[in-house]
Amino acid sequence: MSTFILLTLTGLGLAALYFLVASGLSLVFGLADVLNFAHGLFLSVGAYATWWAADHLPGAGPTGFGFVLAAAFGVVCGAVVAALVELVLIRPLYSRTIEQVLVTVGLSLAGVALLQATWGADPRPFPRPEWTRRVTAIGDAHIPNASLLLVLAAAAVLALLLLFLRFTRVGLVIRAGVENREMVTALGIDVRKAFTLVFAIGGAAAALAGALGGVYFGSVSPAQGGSLLIFAFIVVVIGGMGSVVGSAYAAVAVGLLQQFVNYYGTAGLGDICVVALLAIVLLVRPQGIAGRAVTA
Amino acid sequence: MTQAVPVSAEAPPAATPPELAPARRLRWLLGLGPLLALVVAAVLPYFRLPLPGILDGVFNSPGNLQLLATCLVFGGLAASYDLLFGRTGLLSFGHALYFAAGIYGTDVLVTRAGLPLWQAAVFALVGSTTLAALLGAIALRTAGIAFAMVTLAFAQVGAILVARDFGGLTGGEEGLPIGGAGLPDFLVGVANTVNLYWLALAYVAVVVFVVARVAGSPTGRVLAGLRDDERRVGVLGLDPYRYKLVAFTLAGGLAALGGIVYVLVVGGASPHVTSSELTLSLLVMVVLGGPGTRWGPVIGGILYMYLDNRLTNLATDLPGPLSQPLFVLGAIFILAVYFFPGGLASLATRVGPIRAAFTRRQPRTRS
Repeated sequence: MSTFILLTLTGLGLAALYFLVASGLSLVFGLADVLNFAHGLFLSVGAYATWWAADHLPGAGPTGFGFVLAAAFGVVCGAVVAALVELVLIRPLYSRTIEQVLVTVGLSLAGVALLQATWGADPRPFPRPEWTRRVTAIGDAHIPNASLLLVLAAAAVLALLLLFLRFTRVGLVIRAGVENREMVTALGIDVRKAFTLVFAIGGAAAALAGALGGVYFGSVSPAQGGSLLIFAFIVVVIGGMGSVVGSAYAAVAVGLLQQFVNYYGTAGLGDICVVALLAIVLLVRPQGIAGRAVTA
Repeated sequence: MTQAVPVSAEAPPAATPPELAPARRLRWLLGLGPLLALVVAAVLPYFRLPLPGILDGVFNSPGNLQLLATCLVFGGLAASYDLLFGRTGLLSFGHALYFAAGIYGTDVLVTRAGLPLWQAAVFALVGSTTLAALLGAIALRTAGIAFAMVTLAFAQVGAILVARDFGGLTGGEEGLPIGGAGLPDFLVGVANTVNLYWLALAYVAVVVFVVARVAGSPTGRVLAGLRDDERRVGVLGLDPYRYKLVAFTLAGGLAALGGIVYVLVVGGASPHVTSSELTLSLLVMVVLGGPGTRWGPVIGGILYMYLDNRLTNLATDLPGPLSQPLFVLGAIFILAVYFFPGGLASLATRVGPIRAAFTRRQPRTRS
């Protein structure tokens, strides 16, 4: 029983990480039709900014409020970088989808190389707050606090995103834009402002995933974003593109499946099962769990 | 990719009216150009040509020949990817999987199972092509960006299988050097590097020939139609799914063939060939060269691999981010997307007089 609880909660921790990356990806894709390959870069930016801030930013540090400040700095950096990417690189290619994807591909290659040139390819030890190194006893299972932190953070982000989308005017524009961008534009509403905002939100969520992922894994490396990104893609496709709630369901399914199969089967088998799940979902319901018809 | 190729290039071939006979003869002569280039490339290793600045030492040193063979394999691989991306408009992010399947299939069958090379190659080719057909059948149920994500996910399984080293077959992170009694003598050893160079050259020739034949056939016209407007093809009563699957399977098979050549050229398999980064690089090669053109992807592939290799060698002298080949290549790529949408192949169409010759040549791709 204790193993079951442990696997469930660590699986949920992993799911939280996927959700943080996938929610932004899904929104950006739903609204702007851009498959953002540079999204993993935002995650790495968040992780490195947090790591840097913990050592250099006055008042920040690896413990207590200092870490919150460092993580906040990382999140702001991620949001700023994402907004800049949208303004400088994506916007000039408005509605030329393939070119937009190509630019983010180039950016993901160049950006990771830039991080590598600056801080080296090797993983760097991450400043983990004292609290996250400990475990909490739930029943007779000992759960790493880092997992709990991730679950709480993802739940908070999900709640905030849903509140924002359902109860604000900008949220309404975003929801309408995901449904039918042409119609929103025809009504005289500037969707491009919403693009920048969605990119910034996605960048912030990814950067938070980077900061907390650093705590979870205990280190940061330039390639970390890329490997998480692939599973985030899978989560987005399973959940249905453009749907935040779908991403949440899919992230939980993927995280739990991966954790349980990796434990009870061979290591690596869980990752393969996740892709098998993707294939099954596509065969049964090509538009994803919460998605409607997939448009090209 | 709408501006990649002038629409006229994809027009069906018309019978040549008699008054155009001289032009036709000229076209026929120009058609010999690629053949001439092939012959020149084939005899080059006989010359001890020093190329300072471009290659270290003389042209036909084993190291240079191996570098060129690698470049040629990627030229062919890029052309096979272009069959999907440039010709059919399918943005696949899993093309590296079939390349890797060819590499690891051949390597494992020769090294672990002790099969003779030709048998291993046939099995690897058939197996990889079947794999492409199966996975394509699933992935093509989605369209556009979702298709890109799904192919990426499938390719990731390949990367996991190789990295986790199930059953000790692939050697995991270490890779798997190819060896064993199955390898014929003329492909082994430093002195025989030139044979590998010719093999890679033959591979490029085969891919270019096959892709050009397919693009020129009625099927190719349907593929071009799919790229431009899939609904129109559906309205004409053709099944887009079937044609896309044909393109996907064929491209996968050609990539696997490239894998078989590659494993011989580099003398083994290493897990980086399964990385998603490789498919992204293929995309970069095709876009840099010019998608949907006959020579663009080949040139893009050769140039990319050459630059990647040279920049790695030069890296130690360069400051900051310039020391990372991927940074330079990624930056070039972004600039190319903005300022050079047609890639290198569009260079020709941008210069007036050459343009005239080029547009006259275009119908050749059909015949």
